[in-house]
Amino acid sequence: MASIEMKNIVKKYGDGFPAVNDVSLDIDEGEFMILVGPSGCGKSTLLRMIVGLEDITSGDMVIGGTRVNDKAPRERNLSMVFQNYALYPHLSVFENIAFPLRLAKVEDAEVQRRVNEAADVLELHEHLERKPANLSGGQRQRVAMGRAIVRQAEAFLFDEPLSNLDAKLRGQMRTEISRLQRRLGITTVYVTHDQTEAMTLGDRVCVLRKGKIQQVASPRELYEQPVNLFVAGFIGSPPMNFLPAQLEGSRLTTPFGDIELDERRAAAVAGRDLLLVGIRPEYFEDASLVDEAKRPLGSVFTARVDVTEWLGDSQFAYIPYEAPDEIRTQLRELSKELDSEELRTQAIVSIDATSRIREGRDAEFWLDSRKVHVFDPTTGDNLTRDAEAGAELTRLAAEDRVDQVQSAEGEGISAA
Amino acid sequence: MTSKEKTWWGVAGVAIVIYALFPIAWIVSLSFKAPSALNNGNFLPGAPTWENYSLILTGGASDLFLPALRNSFGICLIATAISCLLAMFAAYAIARLDFPGKKFILGTALAVAIFPVISIVTPLFNLWRNIGLYDTWPGLIIPYLSLTLPISIWTMSAFFREIPWEMEQAAQVDGATTWQAFRKVIVPLAAPGVFTTAIIAFFIAWNDFVYGISLTSTEAARPVPAALGLFSGASQFEDPTGAISAAAVIVTIPVIVLVLLFQRRIVAGLTNGAVKG
Amino acid sequence: MSTTTLPPAEKTQPVSAPDAKTSDRAKSERKLGWLLAGPALAVMLLVTAYPIAQAVYDSLFDFRLTDPDNRSFTGLSNYGVILSDWLWWRSLLVTGFITLVTVAVELVLGFALAMVMAKALSTIRPVLRAAILIPYAVITVVSAFAWQFAFDIQTGFVNSWFGWLPGISGDTDWFGGTWTSLLVICLAEIWKTTPFISLLLLAGLAQVPEVLQEAAKVDGASWWQRMRKVTLPNMKAAIMVALLFRTLDAFRVFDSIFIMTGGANATESVSFLAYRQTISRLEIGLGSAVSVLLFLAVVFIAMSFIKGFKVDLSQSRGEG
Repeated sequence: MASIEMKNIVKKYGDGFPAVNDVSLDIDEGEFMILVGPSGCGKSTLLRMIVGLEDITSGDMVIGGTRVNDKAPRERNLSMVFQNYALYPHLSVFENIAFPLRLAKVEDAEVQRRVNEAADVLELHEHLERKPANLSGGQRQRVAMGRAIVRQAEAFLFDEPLSNLDAKLRGQMRTEISRLQRRLGITTVYVTHDQTEAMTLGDRVCVLRKGKIQQVASPRELYEQPVNLFVAGFIGSPPMNFLPAQLEGSRLTTPFGDIELDERRAAAVAGRDLLLVGIRPEYFEDASLVDEAKRPLGSVFTARVDVTEWLGDSQFAYIPYEAPDEIRTQLRELSKELDSEELRTQAIVSIDATSRIREGRDAEFWLDSRKVHVFDPTTGDNLTRDAEAGAELTRLAAEDRVDQVQSAEGEGISAA
Repeated sequence: MTSKEKTWWGVAGVAIVIYALFPIAWIVSLSFKAPSALNNGNFLPGAPTWENYSLILTGGASDLFLPALRNSFGICLIATAISCLLAMFAAYAIARLDFPGKKFILGTALAVAIFPVISIVTPLFNLWRNIGLYDTWPGLIIPYLSLTLPISIWTMSAFFREIPWEMEQAAQVDGATTWQAFRKVIVPLAAPGVFTTAIIAFFIAWNDFVYGISLTSTEAARPVPAALGLFSGASQFEDPTGAISAAAVIVTIPVIVLVLLFQRRIVAGLTNGAVKG
Repeated sequence: MSTTTLPPAEKTQPVSAPDAKTSDRAKSERKLGWLLAGPALAVMLLVTAYPIAQAVYDSLFDFRLTDPDNRSFTGLSNYGVILSDWLWWRSLLVTGFITLVTVAVELVLGFALAMVMAKALSTIRPVLRAAILIPYAVITVVSAFAWQFAFDIQTGFVNSWFGWLPGISGDTDWFGGTWTSLLVICLAEIWKTTPFISLLLLAGLAQVPEVLQEAAKVDGASWWQRMRKVTLPNMKAAIMVALLFRTLDAFRVFDSIFIMTGGANATESVSFLAYRQTISRLEIGLGSAVSVLLFLAVVFIAMSFIKGFKVDLSQSRGEG
């Protein structure tokens, strides 16, 4: 087990385009780090540089205190689960798992013991003699993980390991990976474009955009204190709504009525004209269902609902709005960058499942204005981010991790 | 499928088997006919005899047939080995590396494959006589490469393209050296393709007739098909039919064995190289 | 866990290095590519480009091996001699006839075989596959002998088996006339090479998704309509490739003719004519001219296929 430190890592390809641009990131021992971002953001390249499959153009890659830039993959003692699992088709499941041990010339009895141990953990026992081609997607996934865990490697690397599985299996494997990582307490770097995986698995999440780190923080901090439009838009599903707003004193005029800013925020945005307000769907509510006590904390507006989606436990309403052209272009570019296809300017609003709001009618909504963020539409910066509150969230997450690892180890010992 | 349809497809299947085996059965039957029975117009030999086989294997025609058999095996195996070796490097480069000229190489292979053999034979006939390659093994091995190399390159690059090369990287992460990754992962994955290509190349070399009759004159290098073709014209037998049939059966045995053992691979090789969407 | 730390001296890397490094890598990959593929390419060019160039050169001379001292440059007159000779045109017609008949029959028959193999139960498919590979793998010379002996007036069984058909009797001499000889030659060729076509077509059939068939069924298409409007258009690439290869192959027909008739009764093909001029008559000049003409004919056929039918070989051959 080891920490991984990256210092000013750059990867340039032949055409001079930096796929990874000046990335510095420290991953602690035993930490579960997620690299997330839309396709082409450089996350896989970064992972492949950690493992040594990709040359590092400049910068330092330090694993366990040793600079490994010039070390071959096999000298780095890392294990990796590839997107398509990379199982050796000519070897049985047993031999696939045993492969790294065979290469290391581990004696046969020890190989048997360790493969069986891994098979126990992953429930692969009845499949050990089969060939990978005869396995289901989930089983292949587990074999790939088996190959990773027999190694006693310094760290685990995962390259979008769940993207080839169907939704149900993905959820199952996600918890399995999480449990395994906690149990082994091993440093893990996990690449994904799926923000659910990022949020559920990671101790910390590193959001990348065009080869550059946007923000490294606990999932909670990313969600509540995003550093810019990109992170705010990327994290959360359905995504954050961005509304154009005019500033007048401490009051923002939006298509959904006026929002009154508190002192801190008003100071942060003072002196600007056109702004973007970021409001998460769940900050809205059907006005008729809001407690009288809560009501004054937000503002109430009336809007025409285009479509509603009732999902049993929750309900979404889509509310179109008008936006100036420059904001419209800005938002379109942002959604293109985020790989999403939200081309309309419409707000997605989460309302209580019992709400009787109807499509095509005007309805009254309540908006919790305490949690809105205000962004600079040209730079995308979050003007109202509370860095201290964010850091506190990440610190709490780190404490949680230490607790979890300790209790998992405790269980492991008592079970043994 | 209804059971009636099934029956019809079954009947059609039987028809295919008869279609494929009938001429072979006929030549086998002929090879067991005694000279007296040759002209009786029957399909089956009646009273089978080994006479024809002993004639070509130990008897009067053995000094024509046995050297030809040896030549055929030797020349075809060497030509196959050389073209597979060359094709292996070329196919690796085509499937794996990014370099300009890939298309040119594949295009050249295609052009060579459709080349009329007889157009090559004329100048080679003259040249080989001048430089002493006429009627020698190398004198046949070299032109055989024009038959075997193009198809080897096509077939093998089609196979190599399907190898999951990223396995090599996975192996390196698992702790393998470059050489170990190649030997333990790539070689086992590539071997079936190379092997299949070798079989197909061997078939093609084994089938050659034009080079065989044009570039040889004695049993020093003459391969079996050429020897067979010239049996009828220039031999001391009154009726060479029985002997030819026996010889034909013997040279057919190796290819049938290969077909029976490796049919699935051969089909994959033939179609992989040609039609792949 | 390793605790070694690196001496700081090695830590910094010049910033300008990366670009040079990557282009070096691309360059070395290119070099390696040529290094690996070069020998194969060189051999292919050596065994074909050189001889055909030599043939073009030789074809400009009046040159007989029996009389090598009287070699003289005659320009294109060899071509004049050939193109004004009925022998050439007859061999071209014979070759064209064999090509047309065999390829047409093989395409239909091969398609039928492919259909049967595609529909066959998986248990008997290996049997069919092995059976169909046998004609492909058998030496052409052997196949030619088998068919010749079957139709031969002395040793054959065809006359006695099919004597009940009008025009066939005990003394029908199949190899006595041009058309009957060509018929048997075509039969032998068809038997031997249909499997190749049918395997290519089978691979093509396998590429037509079953769901398309089902969709067409739901849309109310009959078997024949499904075949014509769904299956065949989707197999076009496979059909064209099979057609091109077989046409070029058939156009070079030689072995069967050599064995069965020896070119007698006006059954000589172009390849056979070239062979006879060079190897038998040692007329290097004339023979080379025939070879060059044959080569040009093959190039012409290939070109017209690729341009006319738009056979995209790079597509159908999986080269992206």
